[in-house]
Formats: sequence, C-alpha cells, structure tokens
Amino acid sequence: MAGKDTKDEYIVVEQVWNVPFRHYAGEVTSRYLKEFRDNKRIMGRRCPKCKRVLVPARKNCERCFTETAEWVEVKDEGKLVTFSINCIKYVGMPDPPYIMGLIRLDGADTDILHYIKGVDLSDVDKAGRELKIGTRMKAVWKKERVGNVTDIDCFSPVGTEVKF
Amino acid sequence: MKRVAVVGVGQTKFVSRRRDVIHPEVAFEASSAALKDAHLSIDDIDALTMGVMDPFDGVDCCDRWICGAAGGYNKPVIRINTAGATGMSAAIAAYEQVASGMFRIVMAVSEQRVSEPVDAQSLLNTCTCPYHERAMGGSAITLGAIPATRHMYRYGSTHEQRALSAVKAHKHAMNNPHAHLRFEVSVEDVLNSPIVEWPLRLLDCCPRSDGAVAVVFASEDVARTITDRPAWVNGVVSIADVPFFGDRPDVSYRASLAIAARRLYRQCGIKDPLNDIDVAELYIPFTSLELIQTEAYGFCEEGKGGELLEEGVTWMGGKLPINPSGGVLCTNCIGATAELRVAEAAIQVMGKGELRQVPNVETALASGLGGTLQFHCLMMLGSEPR
Repeated sequence: MAGKDTKDEYIVVEQVWNVPFRHYAGEVTSRYLKEFRDNKRIMGRRCPKCKRVLVPARKNCERCFTETAEWVEVKDEGKLVTFSINCIKYVGMPDPPYIMGLIRLDGADTDILHYIKGVDLSDVDKAGRELKIGTRMKAVWKKERVGNVTDIDCFSPVGTEVKF
Repeated sequence: MKRVAVVGVGQTKFVSRRRDVIHPEVAFEASSAALKDAHLSIDDIDALTMGVMDPFDGVDCCDRWICGAAGGYNKPVIRINTAGATGMSAAIAAYEQVASGMFRIVMAVSEQRVSEPVDAQSLLNTCTCPYHERAMGGSAITLGAIPATRHMYRYGSTHEQRALSAVKAHKHAMNNPHAHLRFEVSVEDVLNSPIVEWPLRLLDCCPRSDGAVAVVFASEDVARTITDRPAWVNGVVSIADVPFFGDRPDVSYRASLAIAARRLYRQCGIKDPLNDIDVAELYIPFTSLELIQTEAYGFCEEGKGGELLEEGVTWMGGKLPINPSGGVLCTNCIGATAELRVAEAAIQVMGKGELRQVPNVETALASGLGGTLQFHCLMMLGSEPR
C-alpha cells in the first residue's frame, strides 16, 4: 500500500488482489471431470428437446431451457472448427505462442475450446495460414489426472505426437 | 408509453491513463458535460443509470464509489453490467425508465479506467467459465480472433480486407477531438504490425482507454423545450446468446446479431438498411467484427463484409458511413464504450458532429456487444419521432 511519487508528480497506490476461490463442480460437472480422471472418457449430455449432445456436459440446454438427463459418450477425437494463436504473455496465463482451437468431437453437437499442440509455431503467421480448418484432432491425455479440464493436455492433429 | 429523446451528451477526453483525476472525478466530468450540453442542472435529473464493468477499476461494486460524483446523490440509481455492452444497457435502461412514464429526465453515465489493472487480459480471462474455458488461455482478443479465422475459412475474407476496417477507423478518428488514438494508418501498417493473436495484429485491435460518457434522455413532454434538435429513440433491442463459445451457430455471432437487427428494423419500419440508415456507430473492437456486423445488419450479403469495406460504402462520404468518430478501434473505455456509440449516434442526429458530422442525418444506428460477445444491444435514433 506504499504510495510513491511518479515522474509527473501524481501519487500511485499499488494493490494486488490475491483472493482464493473454491468452485464446487456439482453433480453433472463433477461426473464429466471424473470421467476425464478415471476413464479418459469425454461424456456429453443430450437435450431432450433439441436432441443435441452438449459437450462439456451441462445440466441445462440453454437454448431450449430444459434439463438434460441422458449421458452420451463422445469420441476424444474430432475436427478443428476454428482457432487463434496467442502471441502475448498475460499474467497467470501460459507462455506464448499457443493455439486455442474450437473442436467438434465426433458424436457432439457443440464445440469445446482447448489448446492445439503438435504444430510448428516458429513462424506464427505461416502456421496460421497452413493449419487447416477441418483438420482431424485427437485428445492428448495426461498420465497424472486429477479431475480437471486440463487432464487433457491438448489436442493435436491425428498422426502427430506431442511430448510434454 | 412516452416517446423519448436524447437531449444532451457529454464525454471526457480519452487517453491511456488519466493520472490527473481519480475514478469518481472522471464520472463527474462526463455528467457535467452532458448537463452543460442540455442546458440542464443536476436538479433537473430524476434518476441515474450507470454503466461500469467489474473489476477493471480494482474496486468491486464500483457504482458505490462513482454514483455520488456522477450526480446520483439523493436520486434513484441503478448500475448495470453486461460486459462490453454495459454502456448501451445503461442507456437502454435510462430510455426505458423515461418511456415508462415514471421518470421525466434520466441520465445514463458510463465510465471505465482500463489503465488501472496492470494486465487487463488476465482479468478478462476470468469472464469465462471456471470449469471448462478459463484454463484455455483466452482473452477478450480471442473473441475477435476465433471468428476472424472462421470467417476467412468460410467466406474467403482476407487480412487485407479486415485491415481496411482499421484504416477507415483511424482516418475517421482524425476528425474527432475526443478520440484516444489519432493517427492515420495504411493497410501495410496494419499487416506489418505485430501479431497479437493470429489472425489479428496490433492494429486490428482496440486500445485501452480511460474515460466516461453521459447521455440525457427526456420525455416527449419536455424534450423540445430542452433542445430544438433532440435525437429521438425510435427503436431499442437487447438480446442474449448462450455463454459457451462452442455453442453458437458457426462461431460468428451472426445468428443472434441478425435476429436483433430484424427486431429493430421491424420496430422502426426499416426495409432497406443500407439506404434507410444514414450513419452507424458500431461496436467494433476488432476488425473482424466490422465484417460480421455489417453482414448481420443486412448492409451487405452474408460473407461480403470485406467487399463492402473495399467499395467505400461505409467510409465518410459513402452511402452509410460507419463510425465517423473512429469508433472502438480508436477509443475503448470498455464499460463506457457502448454508451459512447449511443452518444456519437445522437451527436450525428443533433448535428453536433463538427468535423465528423455526416450531412443531413435523419436515422442513426448504434450497437453494443459484450460478455464474450453474448449480449448484443442496438438502438436507432432519428431526427423525428417514430
């Protein structure tokens, strides 16, 4: 909380927020994450009205305002729908560059957001221009899994190997 | 329901960092400017709506802190947060309070000091779901980047077309004394600027700005006694999409934006938006969102937003100039940004645009987008009441 003079004479008061949170994952999200941890499986929930399989699994279909009930296993493999490549370092976030992709898993009717690895990022612009929408992607599971979305380290193009 | 008009607008200067004032003092500047513009005193204001987005200013419930200086002492005050759309939601709430007949004159005041968080993007990352999306390294820029890639894939739009959105914004901002960034850029400058989040480069993205804006809404009973040229609110739409990135049709946001536009046009009797609207102030923090919005609003066919930019239709002097102020690409005071679109659209209708004035404006559109582009707001202003 120490005040200090800046070059243009105005005081600057510095503060840091360091506030822990506990997010209780509830019944549906807990099962979804336990399936990651225990079975390396990705499970969706089907909306009784629009029949879409929602991944990540959630208790409500927001479009239909219904409660989902049926668990449906989807593949840990699918198609790249779109992506971006972040090149800036932000506080508490991974070192750049990294690819974020939306992936439509086989059997799902929604996309999930995850990291894409196994792509050469030494030239980001070239990588962006060459990475094709529609590329088949496969989940890369961590060996030590704790029941978190990051139990999947990333997705990578089918046929590539990702070391971490 | 009462007809409602904008009778005064006020805005501060917009800069990277206001060291000379603290948060509530910025709100005071905007409120004072709007009252001066309307030749009203704070005693004429029946109620206040406020737009501020947590937690940029490092204060939770920052409405507590600013409402006094904004003019809210001893008045009904409500603060609204719909992320990037916050400012327009505050304006719409003020409009609705007057339209209801329960208040005669209401002022919407929106403010943000985006300079105060040392790293705004790590804060914006906390807007996402803590179980599924937050660990994935996304920021506000992801919202512009991910649909940009998809748009290029689906419609063949190019980096060069998107760059024109930045070139236009910076050219227009030269006419706006309030704009934060006032320098011209070329297509080459945009394409050679550093990659922030591919496919977006630095000049594809808005700045972080400190500043505030206030707009005074008055009932038809008093609007014409306050000003000879009120800007009538002839249509208002808000719409919410689902929160997950991956649950929106085609990741382009176009679906809900297009629904909102159709609802607005029905309210205002707009049949041919490109011809019926004279000027638009759109929420374009990333160049990709110019393509998506112009298509969703029916200014061009689906997928042709890039060509619309190339044809010059939306530049000053064109058939439907977009963002004579320079828009969000040159000034982004997040929680206040969407209300600034309302203020600038009203300025055009009231004929107060000076160098940035589009001639003979009868109909002006304003848009605000927010919440991982989940909340969309549109407002149509006109020189005559509907």
